[in-house]
Amino acid sequence: MSSNVPVRLSVNGRVHELDVEPRLLLVHLLRDRLGLTGSHVGCDTTSCGACTVHVDGEAVKSCTVLAVQADGTKVTTIEGLAQGDQLHPLQEAFWEDHGLQCGYCTPGMIMAAADLLARNPDPTEEEIRHGLEGNLCRCTGYHNIVRAVSDAAKHPHAGRIPHPGPTPEGAAIGLELAREGLGA
Amino acid sequence: MTAVDSRAQGGFVGRPMKRKEDPRLITGRATYVDDIQPVGTLWMAFVRSPEAHARVTSIDTSAALAREDVVAVFTGDDLEGIAAPLPCAWVPPGVEVNAPEHWPLAKGHVAHVGDPVALVIGVDRYSVVDAAEDVVVEYEPLPVVVDPEEALKDEVLVHPGLGSNKVHEWSLGGGDLDAGFAAADVVIERRIVNHRVAGGAIEPRAVLAEERAGHITIWSSTQVPHFLRLFLSILLGLSEERIRVIAPEVGGGFGSKLQIYGEEILCAWAAQRVGRPVKWVETRSEAMMVTHHGRDQIATVRVGAKRDGTVTAFHAKILADFGAYLMLLTPAVPALGAFVMSGCYRFPAVQTDIVGVLTNKFSTDAIRGAGRPEATHMIEVAMDQLAHELGLDPLDVRRRNFIAADDFPHETALGIVYDSGNYQASLAKLLEHLDVAAFRAEQERLRGEGIHRGLGFSTYTEICGLAPSRVVGPGGFGLQTGLWESALVRVHLTGAVTVYTGTSPHGQGHETGFAQIVADRLGCDPEQVEVVHGDTAAGPQGLGTYGSRSLAVGGEAVAKATAKVVEKGKALVAHKLEASPDDIEVRDGRWIVRGSPEQGMTLAEVAGSAYIPEDIPEGMEPGLEETAFYDPNNFVFPFGAHAAIVDVDAETGKVKVVRYLAVDDCGPAINPLLIDGQVHGGIVHSIGQALYEQVIYDEIGQLVTGTFVDYALPTAAEIPSIETDRTETPSPVNSLGVKGIGEAGTIAASAAVANAVIDALRPLGVDYMDMPFTPMRVWNAIQEGQQ
Repeated sequence: MSSNVPVRLSVNGRVHELDVEPRLLLVHLLRDRLGLTGSHVGCDTTSCGACTVHVDGEAVKSCTVLAVQADGTKVTTIEGLAQGDQLHPLQEAFWEDHGLQCGYCTPGMIMAAADLLARNPDPTEEEIRHGLEGNLCRCTGYHNIVRAVSDAAKHPHAGRIPHPGPTPEGAAIGLELAREGLGA
Repeated sequence: MTAVDSRAQGGFVGRPMKRKEDPRLITGRATYVDDIQPVGTLWMAFVRSPEAHARVTSIDTSAALAREDVVAVFTGDDLEGIAAPLPCAWVPPGVEVNAPEHWPLAKGHVAHVGDPVALVIGVDRYSVVDAAEDVVVEYEPLPVVVDPEEALKDEVLVHPGLGSNKVHEWSLGGGDLDAGFAAADVVIERRIVNHRVAGGAIEPRAVLAEERAGHITIWSSTQVPHFLRLFLSILLGLSEERIRVIAPEVGGGFGSKLQIYGEEILCAWAAQRVGRPVKWVETRSEAMMVTHHGRDQIATVRVGAKRDGTVTAFHAKILADFGAYLMLLTPAVPALGAFVMSGCYRFPAVQTDIVGVLTNKFSTDAIRGAGRPEATHMIEVAMDQLAHELGLDPLDVRRRNFIAADDFPHETALGIVYDSGNYQASLAKLLEHLDVAAFRAEQERLRGEGIHRGLGFSTYTEICGLAPSRVVGPGGFGLQTGLWESALVRVHLTGAVTVYTGTSPHGQGHETGFAQIVADRLGCDPEQVEVVHGDTAAGPQGLGTYGSRSLAVGGEAVAKATAKVVEKGKALVAHKLEASPDDIEVRDGRWIVRGSPEQGMTLAEVAGSAYIPEDIPEGMEPGLEETAFYDPNNFVFPFGAHAAIVDVDAETGKVKVVRYLAVDDCGPAINPLLIDGQVHGGIVHSIGQALYEQVIYDEIGQLVTGTFVDYALPTAAEIPSIETDRTETPSPVNSLGVKGIGEAGTIAASAAVANAVIDALRPLGVDYMDMPFTPMRVWNAIQEGQQ
C-alpha cells in the first residue's frame, strides 16, 4: 500500500487536514472520513452525477476527483447548501414541485442545477434539460426536476452557493468567495 | 367501515401535499445502507467468473489470505451452514419445473458472467477489492448458449446435470380459440421481441450485517424486508425472531430489489463467521451484471378478427429467457402478463402459452411492470398492426373491442374479473388534449419537409394490487406465500400518531399519502402522523412493495386499522360526553357530538383519556392502538390511454419523442402530486426501453453493456415534458376506491412509442419493427424498407 499524503481543504466552510491514500476518491473522503453522506455513488464511470459537489465554485463529480486533487480547494456539498433552517431556493423548489422520489440522485441533481443557474440564471426548458444531462434519475422522468429548476431560477439568488463559516478560517474563505462572486 | 369522502369535508386526502419525506432527502440527511457504519465494520468483495460457462477447476486463496488487510476468504466449499439454495417462490400446482440449484457461491460450476466463486472479507473498502484480485481461479471453459431459441434445442446445456434447458411450459386460456380463429375474416401474426433490460435504480444494492449474541441485524436496500427475514431464517437455520431486517432509505427499486440475493445471505453468514459487522456495496458494473434483468421474451402473436375490426381470437406464444438460474419470481413474470392478455378488450377467446428456457446470462425477474409491459406491448402493437391490415383507424378498432363502460365488474374470457373501468372515457379525455385530424395534416406537411413524424396510441388496463392470497397463493397461481398487507396505528398519549406499514417504499411517498389517509380519519394534521416502514422489528409482519400494491393493499390496511381506532375513540368520547357512539363524528380536527359541535374533544384529549383511564367505559382496554391485516377479494385494474408523437430522422435513424400524453385512472386520488410523479417516471422508464436501453451479451456470453456508459438510461435532454390528466373511476374492491399507479406508465408507454415509430416509418416501407428503436436499427430498417 502506498504511503499516505496530507490533504488540506475547506468543506462547507470548515477546514480539514487529513492524511489520505493517494487513490482515495474525493467522494469517499467526504463520506467515509468526514461523515458527509449526502453525496452518493451511483456508478463507476462518471455517468450518473449522484456524487456532484462544488469544488472552488464549479460542479464536479466527486467520484472522479482524487482527494489529493482537492488539496487546497473549497468544497461545498449538499449539506452546506441550507443556512440553518433556511433551505436554498433549489431545495425549496425540489420539495415544492415533487422533484424527487427515492432521493438518491437528488443531492447531485441539486448541486448540478446550482452550477447551471450560476452560469445561466434564466435558462429555457431546453437549456435546463441539456444542463442536467450529466445527472441520471430513474424515478421522476425528469419532468418535475426540470420544473423545479425553472421555478428556482425565479429566485434572485438560486445560483449562489453559500460557504458558511463556523470557524474563523472558514469565514475568511467565505468572505473571499463572496468577493470572487461565487463562480458566476 | 364506510368510505370517507374527505375531500367533500375539506380533508387532506385528495390534496397535492408536499412530501413529508423530502426535508431529509434534499438536505443530504437521509440514511441509505452505505451511510451506516457500525464500529469495526469489515468489507466484503466478490471474486466473480469472467467466463459465461465453465467448470471451476481450482481456487487458490493463499495470496489473498496472506494479506494483512484480509480477515477471511470463503468459497463454495465453505457453505456448510447455508441450508438450501437461493429461493424461487413460484411453484405452480401441477406444472413440472426444471430448475437448477442456485447457491450463493458457485460449487464448481459457473453459468453466467459474474457468477460468484469466492468472497473476501477485509478491513478497507478499497483494499478488499485488491485482495479479491489476488484470489487465483482456474476455469475450464464450457460451450455457451445465449440465444433462447438456440438454447431450446438443448445442443448446449446451461446446467449439464439438468439434461435440458427447458424450464417449464405453462398456459392460461379461455374461450374457444379454434372457433375464434375459424370465425375470423383475417388473421395476422407477428413475432414481437421484448428485449432484455436492467432495473437501473441509481442506488446500487448494499447490505450490512451484524451479529451480536445470536441475534442478527441486516440492513439491505431491499423492497421486501420481511421476505428477506424469512429466507435468512430458512437458509441460515436461525429462528425468525432473532433476525431483524431494516430497509432504511432505499434509492429506487423498480423490481430489481424485489429479490433474495446471494449477497444478502452471504453478508449475514459472513458476519456470523467473522464476529464483526460486514458490509457489501455493489459497484455499478456489478449491478449491470448481477442485479436481475427483466423482459427478454420472444412472442409469436396471432390475432383473428372480423373485417370491421372485431377481434375473435388472440393467441400469444412466449419464449421467455430466464437466464442461468430461477430467482425469486423468475418464471412467474411472463405468467403475470398472461392474466391481462385480454387488455381492455372483449376478446371472446384468448390464450397465452409460455415456455421458459435457461441461457448463460444472468437471471431475469420482475422489473417495473413484470410481464404486463410485455403483454401490453403485444396487445397494443398487434391492435395497430391489425387496424393497418384492415385499413381501419387504430382508435376505431380499439373502440370496437373495448369492454363497455356499463359492463363492470367484467369477467374476461380468462375468468379474471376486472373490477371497474371506463376505457371510452379515458380515450375521450386523451383526445381532448390531442387533435388527431390536425396532427395528420401536420404530419403530411412535415413529410414534405423531410421530417418523419408519427403518432401512436396505447390503451391499456393492467392487473395490480398484488394480493389476493386465495388467487396468487400456493393453491392458486402458486406463489408460496399469502399476499395481504398489515398496518398498525398507534395514537400516543399526546395525540401524536405512529403508523407502521408492512409495505416497504423506496421513493413512492407512502409517508405522505398514508399520513393523509390517517389524518382525515383521526382529525389531526398529517404532520402529526409518522409512517414507519422497512423494519421487521418495528411493526407486524408485512409483505413489501412491488406490483403496485402499496396503496390498494397496504393503504387499505392502514385505513382499516385507523377505522378500528376511530371506533374505540368514538366509544370513549361518547362515554365522556354522555352521547351515543353513533352520534360521534370527527370533523375539522375535533371529535364532536353530531348536531352539537360545541361538545367535543381533540385527538390528544381522546388519547389522554385512553392512556389515563380513570373514566373509560366498563370493559374497555386502556390505550389507543389497533392492528389490521387486509387480504382483498380481488386485484385492482388501473387503466388509461396514452399517446406518443415521435420524429424519426431518416438520415440517421434517430428517434425523438416530441410529445407524450397520458390519461390514467387509478381511482380517486389520495395525493395527485404523487400520482403524477409515478406516471412521469413510469413513462420515461418505458421510453428508455423503447429507444435507448438494452442489456446485450455477445455470442460467448460476455456482457457488452456493463456500465451506464454502454447501457443508456434516458437523460433529461432526451425526454419531453409529459402531459398528464386523469379520470377517476373508483374500484369496488377497497374502501378507498384506489388502484395502483406505480407501474402503469411503464406498462403503457412502450407500445405507444412503438406504434408512433412505425406510423412515422410506414411511408418509408417499414410496417413493423421491434424495440429498441436505436439509430442503427431504425436506419437499417429504413434501408430494407426502401429496397
